[in-house]
Formats: sequence, structure tokens, C-alpha cells
Amino acid sequence: MKHSEITRLLDEPACQHNTPDKVACGKLKPGATAGGCSFDGAQITLFPISDAAHIVHGPIACAGSSWNGRGSLSSGPELHRLGLTTDLSEQEIIMGKGEKKLLFAIKTAVERWKPAAVFVYQTCIPALIGDDVESICRVASESFALPVIPVDAAGFYGTKNLGNRIAGETLMNHVVGTREPDPLPFHAGHRIHSINLVGEFNIAGEFWQVAPLLDELGIRVLCTLAGDTRFHELQGMHRADVTMLVCSKALINVARRLETQYGIPWFEGSFYGMRDTSEALRQIARLIGDPDLQRRTETLILREEQRLQESLRPWRARLQGKRALLYTGGVKSWSVVSALQDLGMTVVATGVKKSTQQDRERIQELMGEETLFIEEGKPRLMLDLFHRQRADVFIAGGRNMFTALKACLPFLDINQEREQAYAGYTGLLELARQLSITIHSPIWNRVRKPAPWLQTPCPPRRDG
Amino acid sequence: MISTPSKRKALTVRPLKTSQSVGAVLAFQGLAGAMPLLHGSQGCSAFTKVFFVRHFREPIPIQTTAMDQTSTIMGADDNLMEALGTIASQSGAGIIGVIATGLSATQGCDLNRVIRHFRQSHPQWDHLPIIPVDAPDFTGSQESGYALALEALVEHLLPTRPWSERNTQKRINVLANASLTPGDLDELRDLLAAFGLEAAFLPDLSDALDGHLDERDFLPVTTGGTPLTFFDSFHEAQATLVIGRSLLATAVRIQTRCRQMPIWHFDHLMGLDVTDRLVTELCRLTRTVQAPARVERWRRQMLDAMLDSHFYLGEKRIAIAGEGDLVTGFHQLFREMGAYTCVAVVPRPLAPLEGLSVTVGDLDDLETLAIRERAELLVGNSQLAETAERLHLPLLRAGFPIFDRLGGFRQTRIGYRGGRDALFELCNVLLPFRPHGVSPYFSGLRPLLAPFGAVNDEQRMASIAGSSWSGHSGHG
Repeated sequence: MKHSEITRLLDEPACQHNTPDKVACGKLKPGATAGGCSFDGAQITLFPISDAAHIVHGPIACAGSSWNGRGSLSSGPELHRLGLTTDLSEQEIIMGKGEKKLLFAIKTAVERWKPAAVFVYQTCIPALIGDDVESICRVASESFALPVIPVDAAGFYGTKNLGNRIAGETLMNHVVGTREPDPLPFHAGHRIHSINLVGEFNIAGEFWQVAPLLDELGIRVLCTLAGDTRFHELQGMHRADVTMLVCSKALINVARRLETQYGIPWFEGSFYGMRDTSEALRQIARLIGDPDLQRRTETLILREEQRLQESLRPWRARLQGKRALLYTGGVKSWSVVSALQDLGMTVVATGVKKSTQQDRERIQELMGEETLFIEEGKPRLMLDLFHRQRADVFIAGGRNMFTALKACLPFLDINQEREQAYAGYTGLLELARQLSITIHSPIWNRVRKPAPWLQTPCPPRRDG
Repeated sequence: MISTPSKRKALTVRPLKTSQSVGAVLAFQGLAGAMPLLHGSQGCSAFTKVFFVRHFREPIPIQTTAMDQTSTIMGADDNLMEALGTIASQSGAGIIGVIATGLSATQGCDLNRVIRHFRQSHPQWDHLPIIPVDAPDFTGSQESGYALALEALVEHLLPTRPWSERNTQKRINVLANASLTPGDLDELRDLLAAFGLEAAFLPDLSDALDGHLDERDFLPVTTGGTPLTFFDSFHEAQATLVIGRSLLATAVRIQTRCRQMPIWHFDHLMGLDVTDRLVTELCRLTRTVQAPARVERWRRQMLDAMLDSHFYLGEKRIAIAGEGDLVTGFHQLFREMGAYTCVAVVPRPLAPLEGLSVTVGDLDDLETLAIRERAELLVGNSQLAETAERLHLPLLRAGFPIFDRLGGFRQTRIGYRGGRDALFELCNVLLPFRPHGVSPYFSGLRPLLAPFGAVNDEQRMASIAGSSWSGHSGHG
């Protein structure tokens, strides 16, 4: 990918903070950088397309330690969990045999699993030595008569965020609009509307807690980008009435292009927490503009909220007034804040390293003016802050888990590798349960105390 | 006999192999105050970090030079210089391992030159060891990357000093291979201690990633491991114990640095025979006729475990996937119990082993071969769990990564006590699968439950039998 193309991708017109004097993604600092690369971002976005074969073209480092590492669940095919890679060797790199190997790799995958499509991921080394992945994909596509899509997101192009965008751009350029959606199955009663969910990854199957509500309202999810997704659903994305951008600013380019190219309005929402879930449903109904749908949505929200409040009562008693230190990326920084407040908890500080200006404003709105923003995720600083703020629980991504546990602090994993489903009304209950388990665990007293023989002096020795 | 379907396969499915740089990072995790720095794009270190965090459930210190578009094309020496400066001044590292990834190796970066340049321009860090390791992912595997890191450490830190027989230190140097867990090292330490000997490990994962709750709540570098003083006092030890076929080259290098030092090389320490050999060696060294009473006791426990478990393990057909040293050790343990290693899949070629035919391949090859060879038990990492489920076979977890069980890194399978426990474990995973004493049978004709779509059995067999992508059949 050319440098100019990367620069163009980083310059996102739909981002409000994108002003001439501020570029969203700064330069990485060697020796002090955490987080994944562009390839990682691209695979996260596209791997949940579970009936497509995803082939990582490169030597083993890219797929070898990362395959099958995400909690995005599929209700059907599981081709995304195969860890397909060309596993290039030294000789193949030196002799330039990578392209040929890739073509045979695609052939193998097509013959063995009959996937709906093949995604081929360019990685650092083939990008550096100049493997023409795009041409190979074109040849393969013609020979095997199915879409073979090059994803040019080598790790050195930049951050994970950039990789998300490259993936989105790839879909918009190669996939969206190439097929009409399947006709609706039989459905009686009210009118059916269609939506896209962009940035919903179905972690731990959590979207399956929201989907029944949408069904009840007669809202068809045309496509989820990407969680439990089939390839043909992506092809028909251009026919939706509304796009909801779920918890991922990174894919804002998809939402924007769906609007400019196909006239589909979009909004940014979240399914974390009661208020946000209700708000998201309302927004969908509002943007679709069907008064009947809006009325039915309100009825459903009222019913669900009442039901949830009832079942939350015992949990709220245990969590009321507890203080949380939140360190997550981007949109989650505000969406989780609102979920925790729904439980009667106080968020004493939140991480904003990956948040946009808009996200920050939203947090301030939720938490008030004295909100503490954590700009930098240095473990030392976060631990100090935790103690200074007398927090009760540390909520962050899995990679920070051991920062908390080594310091004997209750912890909740909120990131993509987790095994619990927190979305929707039901998800808030699960969140309450998990929080309560860690905060009220009996282990904390014990692990924080020194060993018993250090507390009481040893009894005098008889023989002495 | 070694067959290598993967050489003729264009597509790796469910990889067994992890990269050399991952192995090099693991080696540095066992050095005190160390910071491994991967010279590559940020993904190289992020993936490695997550890989080990999931396995050890511990924080893993690692940094990256964060190569980007421009530095990949125009040269990333400045990135490396900057990273070294940042780590030296901010992390408090006592040693930095600079590990070349596939990206920087392909680019042609000369680590030594950049480090020399750094030395000239930053004389204030003269005392800080910076160890370059060339561990690209397009060759070798985790095990060889780990071995390369040890070789580099010996090369850069071990002074050339002859060994003297008049050593009074009650110490044994131990070079541990990549397949030994912190639990294994603890076991070996106990065994040597029973003889009044102190074990000095290189690297010492049992002091860093043994899963202990440290007094200090956060450290940016490794929390424990082999101290740098290890190298200066290396020649004072009574002998050097090198474990693993992957460390042969390292053993040779030590021999040239520390002439006359007795070097005991063991391929592995699994099973009764090899442990007996080690104990005999220790008796000779300490000039004792009999092993200490507790060692004797451990041996009797293992003998008893062998008696108990031979009913279940005898004649069992076992399929194993893992790095060479792990496979070598398990193969010996199985042989002693009268079990067969009917399938052995390794990520890179392995020197021949008696009674074993080895396949270089991936976990998909293991699955196909396990069906063909009618395996009754699988041994391998957590990624085999689904294969085991599909084939209705028990799985003993071993190797890297183990993420769906707690304490995988504590498994102890060497020596008498480790052997005893390994045998019990093997039986215990088998027991639920033989309620009426009949082992499951899988017909090669039976259509397989595929993850998606129809799978043609003939095609599966063809994928291991032939259909070359490169036009040459790469034997050997």
C-alpha cells in the first residue's frame, strides 16, 4: 500500500476531531509502544466472517501465535478458527516462491472447505519483498470462480486502528454492493426494516442477547461487521435503512461510505448498559422514521427496563457505591461508564488513550466535570491512581489483568478475549454478577496479609 | 524416518509452529531484569505478549522497535537506536535482548552494527549488556529461536576461562531447553539439592514465570531469573548439565569457552532410565555410594506408578504434536510403559529417533494421521482440544500454549516425581474414555465431521500422501 493511501485513510472526514492541525494517529515510539499492528486490526475486523477462508500470507509469526485467539462466536461455520497461513520459509522468501505458494494455498482451501469467499492477508515480509498479492487474488478469483479478496494491511503500515480501517475500506471496495440481500422469509404483521451493525463482534456470543429484541421489533440485521457473519450478508449491506456504529470508531469509514454512496444514515451507539441499549433501540427507530416502530420500541423498552430493574435489585445492593477504575480503549470508555452507573457504581477515572474528542465530551457529560482522564496506560500510574482514588475494582483489558492481580486488586476483563457476554439488558445482569464475584471474593483479605508466622512471634524453643 | 508433508503443502492449517522470535523472547523471560526487544513491527511483540500471557497468566515484559512504513523501506536503525535509549533510560533493565524478526531480517538489518553505533553514541550505557539474537520466523521454530538466544548469551557474556578440578563450589550449571516448565526446573533443583548441590539455571523460568505472587506489584522488566553473575562464576561449577537435543550447539560453544568443564548432555529427562542415569552421575560426582534416602523414595514411588498405570498405557497408540525436545521426552516415557508413539508431528525437522517416525507438519496433519494410525490418545497444546473433541479422543495437554487449563506452566514431568505424576495424568485423561474397557475405534472410511461443508476423505489423505505444490517432493 502506498504511503499516500495510508495518509488518506488516516484522514477521516467523518471524525469530528480531524482538524488540519491534529492527526488522529500519532507516530509510534520505539521502545515504548504497546498494542497490535495493522494486520491484527484487519484480521480482527474480518475474521468473524465465518464462512470465508482467511489465509494469512507470510511466515509463521503473524498467524502462529495469534490464531484462534478471539472470542467472536459463530452460530454456524467456523472457518475463521483454522489459522490458515502460507507459513513462508526462508528459501521461499529468497527464491520468490511466495506468490506461487499462495495460489496453491488458496486452491487447497477452496477445494477442501468450499468457502463462500477467500480473504488473503498481506503481511510485513511479502509486502517488503513485493509479493503481488492483488494479482494472485485476481488470478485465483478467476480460476476458482469465487471472490478472493486481498487485504493489504501489513503490520508495519501502522496501528491496529489503521488495520481496522483498511479492512473496512477493502470491504467497501470489493464486497459491499456486489449482490442483493436474500429475500425475506415469511413474516406476518408489521413492516420489516433492515439495519447494519458495524463494529459488533459478537464477543462471547453477546449479540445473541440483543438479537431477539430486534426480531420482536421487526428489525432485520442485514449484516454485522463482523460477528457471526456470512459473506453474502456483507455483499448486501448497501440495502439497509440505517447503520449503527457499535463501539468502534475505527470503522467509521464504512459507516460514512455507506452514507455517501448509498444514502444510508448512521449513528454511533452501544449495547452496554441499560440506558445505552434503550437509547440505541430508540435511535434505530427514529432514523428509520416509522411511527409504528417507534411506538412499539418504546413499549418494549419499558417492559425490558422494568424487568431488568427487578432482577438487578439484589446485585445493586451489593454494588451500590463501589468505586471502579476503568481503563479501556475508545468508545468503551464511555459505554461502560454508563453501564456501571446503571449498577449504582461510581467510576473514579477512565482511560482515554484511544478515545476521540467526541468520546471525551460524552464521558464528561456522564461523569461530570471533575472526571479523571487516564491519558497513559502505564501500570505504575494506574496502580497509584487506584489507591489514591480508593477504588474497589479495576476494569480493563485482559493484558492488564496481571497488573491488577499482582497488586492484589479485584479485576474485571472487559476486552475482546473475555468469555462473558455483557451486551444488552441481559448482559448488564451478567456484568453485575461478575463484578460482585470479584469485589466480594474472600481471597482478597488473605492475599493481602503477610504469612501467619510473620504476624505472630514464634513460640520459644523448648530445647533452647 | 522423517516425512515432511508440510514441505509439499502450500497451506498450513491449525499451525503447530510458533516463530523463532517467540522462542527467543521466552529465553529472555528467564533472565533477571531483562527486557526482550523485538526489532520489527509492533504486531510481532503484541502477538508474542498475548501468547505468553495466555499461557503463563503472568505479565510478560517485551518491547518493540515499532517499525513503520517509512522505516521498513528506508531503514529502521534509528528505531532500534531510539528503542534502546528508551528502554535503557526508562525501564531499569539490567540486560536487553535485541531480537531480529522476519521483517528486520528480510530488510537486512545488521543488529551488531547498530548496537556498536549505540555503544559509541551512548557511552553511559556501556555497562548494560545488549544481546543481539537473529531469530527470524521464516526458519526454525520456537525451540530453535530459544536455543539461538542461549547461544547468543553464551557468545556475548561467557568469559573464556578454563575449568579447574579443584573447584570447591557445590554447584551445577544447568542449561534448560524450551520444553522444560518452571515446574520441571523446580523438580531438578530439588533433585540436585538432595545431593547437596545447588542448581544454577540458564535461563531460569522457575524464578521468573513460576507463577508466584511477588512483593513488588509492578516491574517493567522480568521479575526474576538467571542473574548476570551466573556467567562470571560459570567455570566454578562442578559440571554443566545440558538438557535437550536443541541445545547441542550451545553445549559445543560452552566447551570451547570453558575447556575441561565436564558437560553432561541429556536429550531429555523424562522416564525412569534417563533419571537413573542422571542420579548415577550425581552419585559419582558427590562420591556417594547410594543416592540420598528421599531420592530413593521418589524412585520407588515412580516404580509403583509404573505398576499401577501399565494396565492402561500398555499397547496404547499415542499421537503427539510438539517441539522436538518435548516429543523426544514423551516418546521415551511411552516406550518405557509399552505404549507406541504412532504419530509424532513436529514443527521443524528432527534428528532420527529410535522407533519413531516423525512428520514435520501442523495440527491438521496430526488430525489426519491420528485417524489413519488409529490413535487412542492425543498429547499436545490447547489448540488440539477441538481435534480431540471431534475424534472423541482424550487429550493430555503439553507444550505451548496451554490456555484452557490453569497452571499448565507448572506441569512437572521430568525426574522421578514428575514421571510419576505424568503417568497418573496420562491414565486420568484416558479413564473416562474407556468405561467398558474398549478403546474407541475410528474407521478411515467414516465421513468426518468437518467444521464446515463436506469433507472428502480422499482429499484429506491426498493432502498427506502427495499433490505437491512446488513440483518437488521434499523428503528429509
